[in-house]
Amino acid sequence: MHIVSQIFSFLNDVLLKMTWLSKAVALLVENVFGLSIEDRVGASVHFFIYDTLKIFILLSVLIFIVSYIQSYFPPEKTKKILGRLKGIKGSILGALLGTITPFCSCSSIPVFIGFTSAGLPLGVTFSFLISSPLVDLASLMVLMSFFGAKIAVAYVVVGILLAIIGGTIIDKLKMEKYIDDYVWGTENTDMEPIELSQKERISYSREQVMGIIKRVWPYTLIGVGIGALIHNYIPQPVIEKVVGSSNPFAVILATLVGIPMYADIFGTIPIAEALFARGVGIGTVLSFMMAVTALSLPSIIMLSRVVKPKLLTLFVSIVTIGIIIIGYTFNAFSYLFI
Amino acid sequence: MIIKILGAGCEKCSKLEENTQKAVEELGIDASIEKVEDLRGIMAYGVMSVPALVVDDKVKAVGRILTVKEIKKYLK
Repeated sequence: MHIVSQIFSFLNDVLLKMTWLSKAVALLVENVFGLSIEDRVGASVHFFIYDTLKIFILLSVLIFIVSYIQSYFPPEKTKKILGRLKGIKGSILGALLGTITPFCSCSSIPVFIGFTSAGLPLGVTFSFLISSPLVDLASLMVLMSFFGAKIAVAYVVVGILLAIIGGTIIDKLKMEKYIDDYVWGTENTDMEPIELSQKERISYSREQVMGIIKRVWPYTLIGVGIGALIHNYIPQPVIEKVVGSSNPFAVILATLVGIPMYADIFGTIPIAEALFARGVGIGTVLSFMMAVTALSLPSIIMLSRVVKPKLLTLFVSIVTIGIIIIGYTFNAFSYLFI
Repeated sequence: MIIKILGAGCEKCSKLEENTQKAVEELGIDASIEKVEDLRGIMAYGVMSVPALVVDDKVKAVGRILTVKEIKKYLK
């Protein structure tokens, strides 16, 4: 059994943590740039190059693999699977399918209308809409790479729980009347399932990688830049006071700051990692990441077109409060993970 | 042949339209290309991920950009 854990550690170090990359970049910084990684400038340069490379490598490989898997689960198929499942069973399956269905915020309205007009209960649809951007295979891998398997799995579990509970609450409150009328007026059409060939799946996966890199590279670089600043330039007392352990409202602050931000997990990871390395609570850091991915101004604006203000506010509030609770819980139980 | 590109003004949708126009040109066939941007029109096909390619009212591809070569296959 010991050998199994050794093999796992090895794979983890090589593929996900990329310790070899860190060493290689360190050599580059010290021998080619002539900077010592012990001092600020050298450390920042090392962080910047290593983190950027690591993220882009992960991005490419992960998105490719994940897109390939996701090509088997288009939302049209999910709609059929969820069918007329009601109540908590529906919410559970909705949340789980949300994690493996490819999702871009441009599809939140079509998905919402599609599911609702097909007769799926509101709660199921919302469970899907919460879990889709919040938890997905790529985030799981990225979190494993930067924070280790325990935290990654815990994040996925609470994310799915949040989606299930959130969806169930919305269901129980019978918020159907807060959906715009034209959604109900839309007739349900079931699309004939399209089976993709191997070649098409690969073409799709490659296109996803290119598309996402094109879209996120500036945010990623900014994220790494901020991460480098946090790592080396912002004084510890400042971090402590604002988001560290001396601020009891750190989780709330981190959540509220993250909500309007529109970035995906790859942009926030370097910031989160740097904060964590500087002693910010794991809960605070996770709340920030969840707030950024689960809710964003563009998707809220789009949802506001199909959902009336009361329901929209309820949705945003549930997710926000849920994230805050998760943050405090993780901070309280952080000794289990670290 | 009536070709419809379903998509509400996102970059992927324009790219699909572009590739479709190229495919039609290169094949030299008589086909009209229509961009469907309103939600109702898109939902009418049961499509939830855009862009989507519809040829003579049959949905050929959903949620991805097809290369000119792939589009030509569906147009023959």
